[in-house]
Amino acid sequence: MEKDEKETPVFACQRMECKELLERLSEYIDGELDPKLCADLEKHMAECNPCLIFVNTIKKTISLFKYASSEPLPKEVHLRLHDYLKKKCQGC
Amino acid sequence: MELSDQILVAKVKSGDYQAFESLVNRYESKVYHLALRMLRNPQDAEDALQETFLQVYRGLPGFEGRSAFSTWLFRLATNTCLMKIRHRATEPPKLLPLEDYLPRQEHGEVPQMVDWTDRPEEALLSKESREKMMEALEKLPPEYRAVFILRDMEGFSNAETGESLGISVAAVKSRLHRARLALRGMLSEYFERRGEGEPRVQESGLEA
Repeated sequence: MEKDEKETPVFACQRMECKELLERLSEYIDGELDPKLCADLEKHMAECNPCLIFVNTIKKTISLFKYASSEPLPKEVHLRLHDYLKKKCQGC
Repeated sequence: MELSDQILVAKVKSGDYQAFESLVNRYESKVYHLALRMLRNPQDAEDALQETFLQVYRGLPGFEGRSAFSTWLFRLATNTCLMKIRHRATEPPKLLPLEDYLPRQEHGEVPQMVDWTDRPEEALLSKESREKMMEALEKLPPEYRAVFILRDMEGFSNAETGESLGISVAAVKSRLHRARLALRGMLSEYFERRGEGEPRVQESGLEA
């Protein structure tokens, strides 16, 4: 792992569970956590509204970005690409 | 019936230009979107698109198929974008200062959280919101941006993303996590500002 990726996020929480949730959040969202830890985090979220909001907002962030990437390719970009390649590749 | 990438690649290698056009048609949209998200400039994105597919055509004779064609293609596309970014005068810092995007304690008070997720889609995906999302993406260091785009926007697996970028799965996961936290922080800041006056949650749990 690279040097800049080793650092644990600075998150001086009073409660250990919040910190753990933050560190394991992506694994939780991606379904990569072991079931026991997953259940622990869900139990924690049921009791900690800020953590629940944090999880909700990060999930929504991901889905908004996913949705925002679905515009079609402009027709003229498609045509120019094919023209460009035809011209360039003749000499390949 | 649609031919597989593998068959089309073999046909291109034997001199079938139409097979190459089929591959271009299949992936041009995804490559363009990747470039547009990476570079945030339609002209640069179009240049990267053209350069990528030209590299593909020129590189195909030496492509041995050890990785999937799509993985190799996106590796070329990402590298083309990263090269363009490196040539730009202004480049975001390489490190992602994550603490800037986490709830923070100010003047001894616990952070306030707003759950903006139940707002109507038309507000969350308005033209202005989309613009803010793309601005947020641009603020990420390019290496983190590339991971987020491939993994969360284009739906690649961790392994495919790692292979496309030439990094380990552990590095993909780490960068993805930081990118997601940073983007959440930036979007939350924006949506919270837009919805000022709404009730906020304040508890002792999530503090920074």
